[in-house]
Amino acid sequence: MSTSVTASPAKNGAARLRTPRKAHSPGKPRRNVLLTVLMALMVLYTVVPLIWLVINATKTQSGLADSNGLWFAHDFALWDNIRDTFTYHDGIFGRWLLNTLLYVVLGAGGATLLAVLGGYALAKFQFPGKRAIFALVIGAVAVPGTALAVPTFLMFSKMGLTDTPWAVIIPSLVSPFGLYLMWVFAAEAIPTELLEAARMDGASEVRTFFQVALPLLAPGIVTVLLFTTVATWNNYFLPLIMLKDPDWYPLTLGLSAWSSQAQTIGGDVIFNLVITGSLLTILPLIAAFLFLQKYWQSGLAAGSVKE
Amino acid sequence: MTTLQPPVAAEPRPAPPPAKRDRRSWTGWGFIGPFVAVFALVFLAPILYSIYLSLFRDQLIGGNQFVGLDNYTRAFQDDAFWAAVGRVALFLVVQVPIMLGIALLVALALDSGRLYGKSFFRITIFLPYAVPAVVATLMWGFMYGTKYGLVGDINSAFGVQLPDLLSPDWVLASIGNIVTWEFVGYNMLIFYSALRVIPTSLYEAAEIDGAGQWRVISSIKLPAIRGAIVIATIFSIIGSFQLFNEPSILRPLALNSITTDYTPNFYTYSLSFNGQQHNYSATVAIIMGVITMIVAYAVQLRGMRKGA
Repeated sequence: MSTSVTASPAKNGAARLRTPRKAHSPGKPRRNVLLTVLMALMVLYTVVPLIWLVINATKTQSGLADSNGLWFAHDFALWDNIRDTFTYHDGIFGRWLLNTLLYVVLGAGGATLLAVLGGYALAKFQFPGKRAIFALVIGAVAVPGTALAVPTFLMFSKMGLTDTPWAVIIPSLVSPFGLYLMWVFAAEAIPTELLEAARMDGASEVRTFFQVALPLLAPGIVTVLLFTTVATWNNYFLPLIMLKDPDWYPLTLGLSAWSSQAQTIGGDVIFNLVITGSLLTILPLIAAFLFLQKYWQSGLAAGSVKE
Repeated sequence: MTTLQPPVAAEPRPAPPPAKRDRRSWTGWGFIGPFVAVFALVFLAPILYSIYLSLFRDQLIGGNQFVGLDNYTRAFQDDAFWAAVGRVALFLVVQVPIMLGIALLVALALDSGRLYGKSFFRITIFLPYAVPAVVATLMWGFMYGTKYGLVGDINSAFGVQLPDLLSPDWVLASIGNIVTWEFVGYNMLIFYSALRVIPTSLYEAAEIDGAGQWRVISSIKLPAIRGAIVIATIFSIIGSFQLFNEPSILRPLALNSITTDYTPNFYTYSLSFNGQQHNYSATVAIIMGVITMIVAYAVQLRGMRKGA
């Protein structure tokens, strides 16, 4: 299913392409105000909830109830809220943050490592079973991940892995998308001649991989790492079924537990902490996307289908 | 809903020309082996185990018994299950076209080069992708509320009575809005990346032929990113059929509207973790998996046919 560019019209134009005309370059069309206004509306839709989150993280529990959602309450409680978020219930939020980091480092890091090794193998080696692997991975992606949840839970429970961090980390290690992206990326970024030359010089396969291939794969690795990080950081379903002990919760599960606590009889209503905690949860990822923009966007473009 | 994953189904161009070195060796396995091992553990084994489970039933007397296809027969007569399937099908038919349509328009607008502040728009509209479904649902859930939320503020500011977005009549649309918000930017980026790699020579040629903006879009851009559109559609279908996170997190705020069998996935979850009916739950999950694959496959076939 490769997206081949099929532009049938303009056939005869292609023939004349030998003499490129620069008079009216298609790269610089006139700016359009109407279009920009429409896009601004779209941006409004995107950011209103985020603005709401920032504003409401500054309110106390009572301020939340009696002030307008899109404006500040009289008291500015952001710092108190942050402190309370980290101290509530013996500082469990900090523990959830550390758990999330643990899952990200081992899960997303491991997934990226496996994807890089696998993608490199698919791009640069001929080996028995290669086509079968491709078919299996693509086929399995179409299987709803949640259809796997129950059997995975039962399997892991027999292996004594449920309610341990491994139950969250091990399934996170497989990223078919990461494998695919690294495959396409490696096929393009690593000239086969370079590998041949290294082998000719007597370098082992492992050494060739680390010294020749790895540096060339860097932009692809950043992209895969970022996307597996998001998948792990935002993971909710898997921890929900695998973990019972709140001490092992990631942030997502902890926040939803805090939120539903208000519904239980006699439960402490802490919506101000839920909102502040939510804000603290998304800031690192948003920062990562903003700062690494250049890398992941170019990595994605390379991974996207071409002529 | 589990996190959508970007395009996977496109077959990467066949490995480098085998012409030069045709030596097939097992060396490649050293690199891909670890991936395959974990993949077998977390994908293949559960699928096989699931099929095995679906053929048994736990009984008070007699323990775990082989029951053949009984669980499947039960599922086909299970109104709760089919109601849930109907709900996600409706969701799919309405939400996916809206989301992908907006994403496509935004991508085309960005690609047209006619915008002021293009990179600002691109990154801002993409940002919700970095927000966990839990946080997105909590935010929107609060905003939907008549007590703390924006709906309540609008009601009191304008003296109107907006419909309760968490009522049974509206909650599916409310969930649709959350999912749209989360994934519009992400799909936009898929389309935009695909648009970016269209060779400029095609545009130059079209210009020489005197083709206008719309003609360029319909004759060059859309056909060129057809694969990306099909892939985004397939992943959105899988996502819709797997809908779980948003309804389950919204449920405490809308207990009357969202039942524990609201979506097929929610139903499987409840069967297994509240009802201890693991075997039946596995059966329902398998049927849902098969339905998803059939629909995804049909879309792929249709989408890939020229001039469909």
